[in-house]
Amino acid sequence: MMNRRDFLKKSAGAGLSAGAAVSLGRYDRLRVNSSASPKYDMVAIMGGSPEAMFDLGIQEFGGMGAFVRKGQKVVVKPNIGWDRTPDLAANTSPGLVARIIEHCFKAGAKEVYVFDHTCDNWVNCYKNSGIEKAARGAGAKVVPGSSEKYYQNVDIPGGVKLRSVKVHELLLSSDVFINVPILKDHNSTRMTSCLKNMMGVVWDRGFWHSNNLNQCIADYALFEKKPALNIIDCYNVMIKNGPQGVSRNDLVLKKSQIITSDWVAGDVASTRMLGVDTEKIEYIAMAHKLGLGNMNLDSLNIKRIKM
Amino acid sequence: MRSPNLRRFRILFSAIVLICFFAIFFDFKNLIPSKYINILLAFQFIPSLMKFYDLGTLVTAGFIVILILTFLSGRVYCSFLCPLGIGQDLFSRIGGKIKRKFRRYGFKRPFTIFRYTLLAVTIIVTLVWGVYLLTLLDPYSIFGRFMTYLGRPVGLVINNFISWVLHKFDVYTFEHITIKGFQLLTYTLPVLFLLLIGSLSLTKGRLYCNMICPVGTLLGLISKISIFRIRMDEHKCTKCGRCSVGCKSSCIDFLNHKVDVTRCVDCFNCVNICQEKAISFGIVRLKHKNHETDMEKRKFVAGSIMLLLGIPQIIRSQEKVVPLPKKASTVKENKTCPVCPPGGVSIEDFNKDCTACSLCIAACPNGVLQPAMMQYGLAGVMQPVMDYHKSFCTYNCTRCTEICPTYALHPLALEAKKLTQLGKVNFIKDNCIVKTEKTACGACSEACPTKAVYMIPYEGNLLIPEVNNEICIGCGHCEFACPTTPYKAIYVDGNSIHVAAKAPENEKAESETPVEFPF
Repeated sequence: MMNRRDFLKKSAGAGLSAGAAVSLGRYDRLRVNSSASPKYDMVAIMGGSPEAMFDLGIQEFGGMGAFVRKGQKVVVKPNIGWDRTPDLAANTSPGLVARIIEHCFKAGAKEVYVFDHTCDNWVNCYKNSGIEKAARGAGAKVVPGSSEKYYQNVDIPGGVKLRSVKVHELLLSSDVFINVPILKDHNSTRMTSCLKNMMGVVWDRGFWHSNNLNQCIADYALFEKKPALNIIDCYNVMIKNGPQGVSRNDLVLKKSQIITSDWVAGDVASTRMLGVDTEKIEYIAMAHKLGLGNMNLDSLNIKRIKM
Repeated sequence: MRSPNLRRFRILFSAIVLICFFAIFFDFKNLIPSKYINILLAFQFIPSLMKFYDLGTLVTAGFIVILILTFLSGRVYCSFLCPLGIGQDLFSRIGGKIKRKFRRYGFKRPFTIFRYTLLAVTIIVTLVWGVYLLTLLDPYSIFGRFMTYLGRPVGLVINNFISWVLHKFDVYTFEHITIKGFQLLTYTLPVLFLLLIGSLSLTKGRLYCNMICPVGTLLGLISKISIFRIRMDEHKCTKCGRCSVGCKSSCIDFLNHKVDVTRCVDCFNCVNICQEKAISFGIVRLKHKNHETDMEKRKFVAGSIMLLLGIPQIIRSQEKVVPLPKKASTVKENKTCPVCPPGGVSIEDFNKDCTACSLCIAACPNGVLQPAMMQYGLAGVMQPVMDYHKSFCTYNCTRCTEICPTYALHPLALEAKKLTQLGKVNFIKDNCIVKTEKTACGACSEACPTKAVYMIPYEGNLLIPEVNNEICIGCGHCEFACPTTPYKAIYVDGNSIHVAAKAPENEKAESETPVEFPF
């Protein structure tokens, strides 16, 4: 129950931020933020198929309607980086991507877009990952990210190393952004999950690699277009030879999923799931320091569900 | 036969063939299965002949079909199957539309000495030295280069315009493809030939085919004993000369009622033009007195063909020189040998069989194949070479090996390709970001499909690449991904002979399916 004092405080705060947002001309951001009033900071599910776990998990947030409003344009960004089949778990599970899209449409989304700036040949990645077919089947538009022409330069205010970056235009024109990484080992950053997945929405990754990769990953999170939701696919987890993997021997069946609006917290939970030391993933602490999320899981309200 | 349908059939058939050729060179997303491409390419004379040399079986020998067709009815290949010939017909037609007088060809004397000398030189050079002249003069390869270097950019501009318009309507069926040019010198050969063949066909019809093209000359020779030919009925002919004026091969001597069968390409235009119905297509009526010399000619032609088929086999079986890597060039990363495409087996083998039609360059989904300048030496000018600064060879792809019409690239099963080592990886630690900048990178190891490039602990929390040449397949993804400039910290040095790479070993991950949340 909310008492009068709390109500006044909250409405004043809301009014202030709303006013600030409107005055800055970021009206769309206001709508997204104000619509989400989740009970939990994070929902973790274990024991079901990726689709079933998502169905259950999103309910705890009050359904997709808490994040997607009627008539909005949604971008769902899975990891489609590699020319690998779904059983090798180098890309997000296509079934999960399709289910998320279905939830978006159920919540009234006008259009859902799916893309990734792939590492391997994009036609093969889209096709062999199974994501193109699954996403189309669910009604989404699968959009290429293969040409520099699709990317527009934006500033990263406050970025330590990364001060401007070329971002996919659909990310800029969408109302809601949903980040759907797959948890994997990574050869140099040691883990790829929420924050690292953003290397697929930008054009010039080489710059990141040659200008302190970890800092660039953290810096990018400063960009104003933040994910409303991060859905981390931890069903089959590649615990070595990441991010591409060599064979199924790299995988461990974890049958889990993490859903959170805090991507720093999501990455911390991911390190635990992957079994690596959080301190070794340098960009997590960097992003925490920049105030982009909370790396202290104990202070978060986490709902854990076993199926 | 005097039916106007002959000409209609020729136009329809050749139009379909030309459209198919445009389709395979403009197949930006590799939507056409390679087996269909192979059907089309099987009936290109020189490529199928070369494939036959290499394979030694007649299974894929479409050139036999062409030879039989030529014995039967003359140079049908030139009008029905040769994309360069059909393209010239299209050009001539445009020329005729622009200016009527362009199409008044009239009878001309053949360039007999010139064309037979050129044919002989081509055959000798090919047998003794290699494919140089075939590369230069094979009509299909010339057409392929037109398409790849001159046609495709136009196609891409159209594709990008369509995709731009459709994107406005939120439709993503087409996508923008960045047009990446080749080295400027690459365009010299295609442009020169376009100017030559283009201007000749605009004004003089099939002069190129009847003066320079070795395939045309050879098939023309065989046509001398063909059964079906263009015939003129002396009694009906009024010597109006319309046929001669309309003949794009300039081969109808209407005053003497003679058709030069070595130059006639079976276009059937004259059949339609003749108002007196004096011209028809049918079984030749040989005059008796010529019979003996005809037999001699037949023997000569048949003998030449046997020679053509036999000699290379003998030559080939005798020379088994182990190819040496090319000497160090000025390439930054100290590459000693170029990387030749998968299926090439060895650089020498590959150089011997490729006529630089550039179909593989057009078809490569990654754009890693580039026309060579002097990487292979003079023998390999315009032949495809892997350029890992431009792109890399994608792991799950055998497209180039599937479609090569001359068998210069042998078909590789995907599993075999994944274990074919085109070159070996080299790591220059002093160039590496991890050492120079003391920050994490690993772009190379991330890209490596076999983990021949892997990371080992370095200073502090850092990891640095290390390479294992045994499982490297030389795909070049590491080199392409390496962000250092101007010199890469990791690069692939080509193998002059492709070898088998070891399959990557990979132990089962030691971890259990969790029963409790780890957080």
